[in-house]
Amino acid sequence: MLKPGEFYQRDRELHPPALTRDYKTSVSRSPQYSLISLQNSVSEITGPTFGHNDIDPLDKDLIFNYAKPGESAIGERIILHGRVLDENARPIPNTLVEIWQANAGGRYRHKKDTYLAPIDPNFGGCGRTLTDENGYYYFRTVKPGAYPWRNWVNNWRPAHIHMSIFGTAFCQRLITQCYFEGDPLIPKCPIVNTIPDPDAIEQLVAKLDLNGTIPLDTIAYKFDIVLRGRRSTLFENRLEGN
Amino acid sequence: MPQKLDYLPETASQTAGPYVHIGLAPGAAGFDIYKQELGWDIAGPNAGGERIRVEGIVMDGMGSPIKDVMLEVWQANADGNYAHPEGGGDVEDGFRGWGRVITDFETGEWGFDTIKPGPCPGRNVGTQAPHLNLWIVARGINIGLNTRMYFEDESEANAKDPVLNLIEWERRRATLIAKKTVRDGKTVYRFDIKVQGEDETVFFDV
Repeated sequence: MLKPGEFYQRDRELHPPALTRDYKTSVSRSPQYSLISLQNSVSEITGPTFGHNDIDPLDKDLIFNYAKPGESAIGERIILHGRVLDENARPIPNTLVEIWQANAGGRYRHKKDTYLAPIDPNFGGCGRTLTDENGYYYFRTVKPGAYPWRNWVNNWRPAHIHMSIFGTAFCQRLITQCYFEGDPLIPKCPIVNTIPDPDAIEQLVAKLDLNGTIPLDTIAYKFDIVLRGRRSTLFENRLEGN
Repeated sequence: MPQKLDYLPETASQTAGPYVHIGLAPGAAGFDIYKQELGWDIAGPNAGGERIRVEGIVMDGMGSPIKDVMLEVWQANADGNYAHPEGGGDVEDGFRGWGRVITDFETGEWGFDTIKPGPCPGRNVGTQAPHLNLWIVARGINIGLNTRMYFEDESEANAKDPVLNLIEWERRRATLIAKKTVRDGKTVYRFDIKVQGEDETVFFDV
């Protein structure tokens, strides 16, 4: 029987390094020593699985999942959709995608957020779904607003939606942020600019997708997510010991 | 036409930011939205093995607790099997092996209840000592930090563990070993994580 292969080495040149001085909080929260690189064992090539009994179908509709009956969230109605793929361009089915975001005014429903923009009483700001058999996912939400944060005195985060994705293995675990095409705050953001590779930044920008819109109802953005791929087990297999 | 590799690059990581709780633990953010928050029950009621509690704190380079951490754990059951098709064997009904905890906003303390995992196979040869795989995200952390927690009372297995033995600096191996105490008759392992500075915890590129 073929034994499972390793995942491709993570390309640390396209990910942000730990220490990025312009994003000030990273200075005291970044390890100084090098990471110790591990070949994958069973501890890394496995990861949690989730099923439809874990979540509710309404969890993916942020316009309604916290709204009072007959009401809905205020803001630009958007569909955020795309596929979760691996580096071999193969879809990752049945994987959990979780999102969270500010409301249309840039205010988070969080007891620690004190920004003066108001809470939307009908908007919670979190959603989750499982990809289908083709790795496809979709959410309906409102487009989040930009908001200020204490880094430099006048820093503003571009509109963004935080995304958490599992894949099939714990070594694929990823949290990232999805930005929106054309936002002039993107190139000015110290968090975006922690990423050294301009193409890797471009990959975090959701594209306006007019074909995905519902006319007279909801506009759409397309955002594909790529998780680490996995090698075939050509010639070598010693994972379980021999 | 030139030959092409045609691999897709992995999506780049970004920090989870200060409000990770909204998405991943909304109850802690201060509102109730989901029927079921995920990650609170790691082992389930049917898991064999010793019931344990794991507690700790994550500290920054100044030695201050990081109070907006989210930490995820991935572990095998007492037989050393992961709840996954390639996990090595069967697990008990309801054993997920995955958990998610956040720190207390005031103290930075986190903790979870689970079972002590069994040893599992190493990559090439040998056996890995019982361990928990941990993944840490927070504001200021650009890409999730992977580490492992081993158990103080498994010193014989730890001495042979292939991953611990990859760490050339023997003194640093100690940063991955949780301290055992007993409280009200229950086994508690203390595992403090130092992201930076003196006795910095070992982090892995997995």
